[in-house]
Amino acid sequence: MVTTNSSTEEPAEATRRGEVAPAIGLEGVAKSYRSGSETVRAVDGIDLEIARGEFFSLLGPSGCGKTTTMRMIAGFEEPTEGVVRLSGRDVNGVPANHRDVNMVFQSYALFPHMNVAANVAFGLRRRRVPKKEIKRRVDEILDLVELGPRAEHRPSQLSGGQQQRVALARALVNEPGALLLDEPLGALDLKLRQSMQVELKRIQREVGITFVYVTHDQGEALTMSDRVAVMNGGLVEQLGTPAQIYERPATRFVADFIGTGNLLPGRVENTDGAGPYRVALGSGTTALVASLPEGAGTGTEVHLTVRPEKIRIGVEDPGGELTTIPGTVSETVYMGASTHYQVALPGGAEVIVHRQNSSDATLAATRGDRVWLSWEPHHSYALP
Amino acid sequence: MSARLDVGPPTAPANGPAPTTPGTARTRPRRHVDWGRLYTWLVLAWLFTPILFMAAFSFNDPAGKHNITWQGFTLRWYGDILAYPDLTQAMLNSVSIALLTMVGAGTLGTLLGLALGRFSFRGKQLTNLVMFSAISAPEVVLGAALLSTFLMANVTTGYWTTVIAHVMFCVSFVAITVRARVITLDPALEEAARDLGAGPFTTFRLITLPMLFPAIMAGGLLAFALSIDDYIITTFVSGDVTTFPLWVWGSTRVGIPPQVNVMGTLLFAVGVAMAVVNIVMVRRRS
Ligand SMILES: Nc1ncnc2c1ncn2[C@@H]1O[C@H](COP(=O)(O)OP(=O)(O)OP(=O)(O)O)[C@@H](O)[C@H]1O
Ligand SMILES: [Mg+2]
Repeated sequence: MVTTNSSTEEPAEATRRGEVAPAIGLEGVAKSYRSGSETVRAVDGIDLEIARGEFFSLLGPSGCGKTTTMRMIAGFEEPTEGVVRLSGRDVNGVPANHRDVNMVFQSYALFPHMNVAANVAFGLRRRRVPKKEIKRRVDEILDLVELGPRAEHRPSQLSGGQQQRVALARALVNEPGALLLDEPLGALDLKLRQSMQVELKRIQREVGITFVYVTHDQGEALTMSDRVAVMNGGLVEQLGTPAQIYERPATRFVADFIGTGNLLPGRVENTDGAGPYRVALGSGTTALVASLPEGAGTGTEVHLTVRPEKIRIGVEDPGGELTTIPGTVSETVYMGASTHYQVALPGGAEVIVHRQNSSDATLAATRGDRVWLSWEPHHSYALP
Repeated sequence: MSARLDVGPPTAPANGPAPTTPGTARTRPRRHVDWGRLYTWLVLAWLFTPILFMAAFSFNDPAGKHNITWQGFTLRWYGDILAYPDLTQAMLNSVSIALLTMVGAGTLGTLLGLALGRFSFRGKQLTNLVMFSAISAPEVVLGAALLSTFLMANVTTGYWTTVIAHVMFCVSFVAITVRARVITLDPALEEAARDLGAGPFTTFRLITLPMLFPAIMAGGLLAFALSIDDYIITTFVSGDVTTFPLWVWGSTRVGIPPQVNVMGTLLFAVGVAMAVVNIVMVRRRS
């Protein structure tokens, strides 16, 4: 892997084996910045493979290293450790203008002294594409982003959403191996943001180009992506489909960061067989979980996680093969389609429950009422 | 205050002389003084009065050698502008030195401004300090220092030492103007160009330079203006070369001919024209 000529040999070998190299590969990529006397490790060793045509999101809180990761792929930063591969080729040391990826900047970075058409044509001109073809492709891509009539306008004459689409067109027109988008919708208001999400997804489907999408908005990442990498502190916490990440968070951080997570401290009671396993939550209550953290034994301290909408709430103990726990309603919030309950467990822990307001079953539980919470064992997991 | 609320006669009947009522109501607030406008005109008058006198006396027909009292209108001096070969030569020297200064200080100042605005390097603070001291140092001191520098280096003072001296004291002005623009440039613009396949030189030519152009123009024009009317430093370093300000100063004792006013007026007209062109170009770019 680390031999110098591997970069030229590997794609050929991969092709011979009938494999297609992933559009982007990161192998143990890390980046440290030196600020004064201390070193900041912005990215702390990431391994990723992003397939061709995939809509891949990097999701994480501010400062977790998303932009740094993206800039290493684009070629604006060199990794201090590890290898970046584009279509299997080691591109460490290759400058940005020789990499087959294009970036959409959060600030759009449209050239203010050029009109829309010239902005979009910039990349093609650099590659000496014939004039006629440039014209054709620019017109085509401007149609795709519905900005044909604006070709002669200056960026300053466009609205935020239109500028965003010019930035997208300017990158897409080059048909890059991958498109890198760093919080491209961050500057737009909520309404426009939502319609642009749909728009981006449509465009990605139509052109079939790999999208790497950076966001700190979990809703955006879950609705748009084929796969998501949840990042925290320069590391990938979990990699998977939106459903996997939402339904089966691998770490406490993911459970907490994605959606509303209930995290209840407990102690493993048994580890036999394939589960479900029992976890004591204190004050005599026990819950069933579908899985335990690796290496957990009886007595190990764990955190039980269960999504608020998986919990049923009622005034009677439903019994059966369920986790059932009594509690006291400490807060109710009416949300229209659903009602959110905050329920205090005997041990003092608080659990959030989302209940659909379907017409047939109304629950008359208010603050201070005793209720029973229950959920299927396969909806809850024990995390370290 | 209350007068402005009191619009129109309150007792006016609904079917009264309707057309006159709005008219009188509208003219009433007109009487207040627009202080901002007045102030602007006063400042402009202050700035332009000497120039107006200069231009007016280029049309004067003085009786004796001294062109200081108004005698009568004539266009003679415009036709006779080249009557003094020394003056003509001095003017040519001044303009060519100013143009060379504009190009020299423009180029060096742009590079300096770019470096100061973009990079952090050893000696950056020192460079800033030197730049500001070059601006704030008294010209007499600078001139004397430059002269002794040239003498010690065994350089004969003349045309080129004047150019070097002018570039030296103008470069800071250009650098500061350009640096101010560089700092406000979004670094993502250049990254976007690189990302789209442009090499470092192409990026500079197609993105950085056009974005800095108004600032470079402004700095260059400033250098031109500073150079063409510099007297103090020039006296020290010009050797036996005479520039326009030197010639004028030299002729004050014997009387300044109206041709000086003619040249000053024409120079001013060219300056105004260049400023207008610059403004129009900046407008068109944005
Ligand atoms: N040029 C730099 N010099 C020093 N530290 C840096 C530099 N760039 C980034 N960092 C640090 O690296 C860490 C990760 O930064 P990065 O910009 O990648 O975060 P991010 O995930 O994109 O955050 P955000 O959502 O706020 O954009 C931060 O702690 C940041 O302070
Ligand atoms: Mg970022």
